[in-house]
Amino acid sequence: MSRIKSCFAQLKNNNKKALIPYVAAGDPNPEITLDLMHAMVQSGADIIELGVPFSDPMADGPVIQKASERALIYGTSLTDVLAIIKQFRETNDTTPVVLMGYLNPIEVMGYDVFAKAASGAGVDGVLTVDIPPEEAQDYIPALRQNGLDPIFLLSPTTTRERMALICQYASGFIYYVAVKGVTGTAALDTTEVARRLKIINEVTDLPIGVGFGIKSAETAAAVGQVADAVVVGSALVNLVEQNAHALSNAEGNIKIIEEISQVLLSMRTALDA
Amino acid sequence: MTTQKQDQVGKKLSDMPDETGHFGQYGGIFVPETLMEPLKELKEAYIHYFQDPDFVTELDSDLTNYVGRPSPLYFAQRWSRELGGAKIYLKREDLNHTGAHKVNNTVGQMLLAKRMGKTRIIAETGAGQHGVATATVAARLGLECVVYMGAEDIQRQALNVYRMKLLGARVVSVESGSRTLKDALNEAMRDWVTNIDNTFYIIGTAAGPHPYPAMVRDFQAIIGREAKQQIMTHEGRLPDALVACIGGGSNAIGLFYPFVDDIDVSMYGVEAAGHGLETGNHAAPLCAGKPGVLHGNRTYLMEDRHGQIIPTHSVSAGLDYPGVGPEHSWLKDIGRANYVAVTDEEALKGFHDLTLTEGIMPALESSHAIAYVTKLAPTMDKEQIIIMNLSGRGDKDIHTVATIDGIEF
Repeated sequence: MSRIKSCFAQLKNNNKKALIPYVAAGDPNPEITLDLMHAMVQSGADIIELGVPFSDPMADGPVIQKASERALIYGTSLTDVLAIIKQFRETNDTTPVVLMGYLNPIEVMGYDVFAKAASGAGVDGVLTVDIPPEEAQDYIPALRQNGLDPIFLLSPTTTRERMALICQYASGFIYYVAVKGVTGTAALDTTEVARRLKIINEVTDLPIGVGFGIKSAETAAAVGQVADAVVVGSALVNLVEQNAHALSNAEGNIKIIEEISQVLLSMRTALDA
Repeated sequence: MTTQKQDQVGKKLSDMPDETGHFGQYGGIFVPETLMEPLKELKEAYIHYFQDPDFVTELDSDLTNYVGRPSPLYFAQRWSRELGGAKIYLKREDLNHTGAHKVNNTVGQMLLAKRMGKTRIIAETGAGQHGVATATVAARLGLECVVYMGAEDIQRQALNVYRMKLLGARVVSVESGSRTLKDALNEAMRDWVTNIDNTFYIIGTAAGPHPYPAMVRDFQAIIGREAKQQIMTHEGRLPDALVACIGGGSNAIGLFYPFVDDIDVSMYGVEAAGHGLETGNHAAPLCAGKPGVLHGNRTYLMEDRHGQIIPTHSVSAGLDYPGVGPEHSWLKDIGRANYVAVTDEEALKGFHDLTLTEGIMPALESSHAIAYVTKLAPTMDKEQIIIMNLSGRGDKDIHTVATIDGIEF
């Protein structure tokens, strides 16, 4: 059984919801990411979503755009991100890791080369924001053949017909984008999310994660009532930004890890309550 | 990568793209899920209204009475004689309302927006010509208009920024990334994803996700259709070569497309070599880039070995873009069109040459085409014919040219 599958199975047995933090790899410097991943697991993360920095993050709001820019100052590449995950796997063989990013770095590496390398590094799922299933005839088999879950987004504009099409190709879990907009947008409407999740649940048996617009422990708890997983990104990356200009990287990194851990612990508590 | 479909036997080159928006391996739809449904609606509207007689009549009437079409096809006799080769005809898109070919497309997309019931218009702009052309048609219909423009370009093109403001548009300065056209496009996409219910995104070039490359081409193809008729009137035969500058490639595809099945007509797309292709400081993805995926389509890009998009340079803000329309990528790969590049310096010489020999002051974008014609024409016979697209006028660039020539106002 894949790590993602057994993660959701175990959570279901314990009647719990998955907490999925997103951070951009290499933000604000490459040294932090490995420690931050382990710290997030200790603070209650069930799955880690690791952003692959890209020069043109079309679907991201200002907070994650800046995260990409900070990571790219150090030239953090897809290859570098895979190396970090490989290190993470030396001491953690259970927590699933999902890559989130844009197609071009994968396209340039080549789908097969990428999928083999990612699988070898210990990646479990790949969420590529700008490849719909219609364009993924070669991408999906490359991932599948290497034991990687292609994770796809559903959005408020996705028709029921498209949901069925997308869920046919998706595995691992479904990621529901809770708002029309970019990452870090305000005001997620929990009633509307619940209504949409009901429809998605009729279309697929896959677990459903909800992201975009989850900023507080309260919202996380509310979404946890209706979803299988809660994804929190910009709220964490904000904490990176606030400490990105510390006197030294080492000093800033300690504060970032502390603050992100605290937020995750409070979300974990709220989700489990 | 997607493999090319094998069912194209017997099809004409002009039958592209296929149903899913692909030109061979290029084009397609590479966008976040939220945009899939709006793009489907746009595609349906575009296909429907292009066959709707009322729409076509209204478009023709606007192009005639508002834009001022047909634009002349002018025989540049003195310039041709000086170069001592082929006869050079200029397609005078610089004489359109707002001073460039961009308005052909904005008039068309605005009519679509109106029919689709959209009340808010957004656009990206580099040099500001597309922003002005969009603000112009939005003013005419009284629609809210927001134009995204890189902070760098706002500095370079102050005159056009002011023109847009006079036309009632809000110009938003884009501070992310390299703060140029590509970042303005990212920001416009983000706006669209957030406001899809009431907003129509008028993309200014023949790039982006399907149906934009095909739709923008079809609105710009009026350039080539007129040129074809006009050259038959002047010369009684088709030209030997077409020349146009390429940033995203909308003026070039507008000229090329109606000739694409006439395989004896050569086509030359001229990219910006900036400080020289060998320096890396240029904006020539077709000449010196590699295929990749950006802004919703697969096409040639300026990118590093990790797939990050790299900064571009051109003296002309309108060519300063790391991608290119997917149809050009395909025309390059199948060998139907030739893509070349000229430097900033050559383009500036072209600017002065045409101004002095013909009394026509071209845009710095179009000056790239001029610079290539000065190389191409002398290699051809006196009986041969070149049609060059003079895509825009140079008023907006006078400040840039003066600064380079060391003149302060």
